[in-house]
Amino acid sequence: MEAYLSLFVKAVFVENLALSFFLGMCTFLALSKKIETAIGLGIAVAVVQAITVPVNNLILNFLLKDGSLMAGVDLTFLGLISYIGVIAAMVQILEMVLDKFMPSLYNALGVFLPLITVNCAILGGSLFMVERDYTFGESAVYGISSGLGWALAVVALAGVREKLKYSDVPKGLQGLGITFITVGLMSMGFMAFSGVQL
Amino acid sequence: MSSSSPSRLRRLLDGAEPHFTQGGKLERFYVLFEMVDTLFYSPPNKTIGGPHVRDALDLKRVMGMVWMCTFPMMFMACFNTGYQANEAMQTLGLTSTEGMRGFFMNGIGYDPSSFFANFFHGMTYFIPIYLTTFIVGAVAEVVFSLVRGHEVNEGFFVTSILYSLTLPPDIPLWMVAVGIVFGIVIGKEVFGGTGKNFLNPALVGRAFLYFAYPASMSGDAVWTAVDGYTGATALGIAAAEGMAAVEAQFTWWEAFVGMVPGSIGETSTLAIMIGGGILLATKIASWRIVLGCFFGMMATATLFNLIGSDTNPMFGMSWWWHLVVGGFAFGMFFMATDPVSASMTNTGRFYYGCLIGFMTVLIRVINPAFPEGIMLAILFSNIFAPMIDYCVVKANIGRREKRLEGGKA
Repeated sequence: MEAYLSLFVKAVFVENLALSFFLGMCTFLALSKKIETAIGLGIAVAVVQAITVPVNNLILNFLLKDGSLMAGVDLTFLGLISYIGVIAAMVQILEMVLDKFMPSLYNALGVFLPLITVNCAILGGSLFMVERDYTFGESAVYGISSGLGWALAVVALAGVREKLKYSDVPKGLQGLGITFITVGLMSMGFMAFSGVQL
Repeated sequence: MSSSSPSRLRRLLDGAEPHFTQGGKLERFYVLFEMVDTLFYSPPNKTIGGPHVRDALDLKRVMGMVWMCTFPMMFMACFNTGYQANEAMQTLGLTSTEGMRGFFMNGIGYDPSSFFANFFHGMTYFIPIYLTTFIVGAVAEVVFSLVRGHEVNEGFFVTSILYSLTLPPDIPLWMVAVGIVFGIVIGKEVFGGTGKNFLNPALVGRAFLYFAYPASMSGDAVWTAVDGYTGATALGIAAAEGMAAVEAQFTWWEAFVGMVPGSIGETSTLAIMIGGGILLATKIASWRIVLGCFFGMMATATLFNLIGSDTNPMFGMSWWWHLVVGGFAFGMFFMATDPVSASMTNTGRFYYGCLIGFMTVLIRVINPAFPEGIMLAILFSNIFAPMIDYCVVKANIGRREKRLEGGKA
């Protein structure tokens, strides 16, 4: 139990996907202008992450790994394509659910919702799971917590950007430029956790 | 000014004004004129019409007030830096120093029991650091003001003094310059100057130095100004050897008064409380933030005391020790209460303070990489301050909607 708890804290704060690995940057920067949208996006990413990581773990362990399907067959070279397939299917389902039940959020997320498919934070989560050899339980916890960490970061960034609306940024830096600087400074704040051994 | 005829200074300024206003020869440098003028006099132009609050206490006076509140700390900073250095020199058997410092100090001597020897020796460390901060920072600030055409603001006085008080005494001066430029430019000016940043600029500069030059900003050798002498901070000792070792070396009162190694201005909780008390009494600092900070620190420290740990001695540090060692008191009164980077709502301020207190103890206890946590805790909470405000505002709207519905039914 304690191991899961420390994995959770580690994935949310210490190894935050957005602020210490800088993954999923395109949606992170594009959809963080308003807190409402950012919360929606954060939840969407967290849900996709929480489902795809453990599912990909099952696929890896029961289909792809050497000898798991039948003796002498190693399908790990199909890893990337099957993980992406799972992610794409998940995003498709999520899109339909949102369209049906939360049309306003669906419209606000716009093209970035299908783009979660190719969001590197999502694929990154699955690949970290493979690289670190997580068990099924661990990958479930990791999926939830890394998604939550990303969501937390994007909501915090949206909060800061809403505040910065009243700033007087030099012309050359307006828009994405100042956002990059903001994200850099935020990740300096998150350095508080670097070096924590759990 | 009660006299009917304007003072000499006023006449001088009035005489110079036409050169700086529109059409004058020195129009481009108006911001410099404005800076000097409003430093001495309240601006003559008044708000006309519109629903504005009129108050004699403007931003310049607020910042000047904060600056003056740091004087007790500056005083203790000079004394303690000199005291630590003199003690170290006595231990090492040194009786003289070289260069400029020797020129001033060799006549006065290096006796750690003499008040003046301590004070002046400390001044030979603190004044170069502060001057470097001030001059380099002012250049950065004024260049930005001239190019961008906004006014030079006294917020810079506060940033520079707070920044220089957080540095270790042994720091090379070029690093001081690099740090303050980063803090002023990246932490504040790229966002448009005072009031438009989202992180505390002094802390941005300090944190930048911390991560860029860790060897000069942490460890045991930097806290005493004498070369070749290592004296760990109380937090460093506590993290390495436990509370018993700290209590063997310092008493609580020593740590409270500030006679321990540490960053220049952070050691004396007593001096900080005098300055901070004035800030609270004049309502310049929000008491909610300070209270939240204190409460968060106390609760978290007590929680860790109760949990306990066999391997990590920091778990056993009690809250009254957390208060006096390291920069906690300094950060709580002077850094966390920066109104720009803190939460804006009153309820939010309390939670914001709690988050700082919680994070400080958390970093101190569980993060072996950083014995000191207050700097990163405040930066971290600055990031979440707007989100806290958002939640407070949302909760408020929800409550009122409920009241409205209740009224209808």
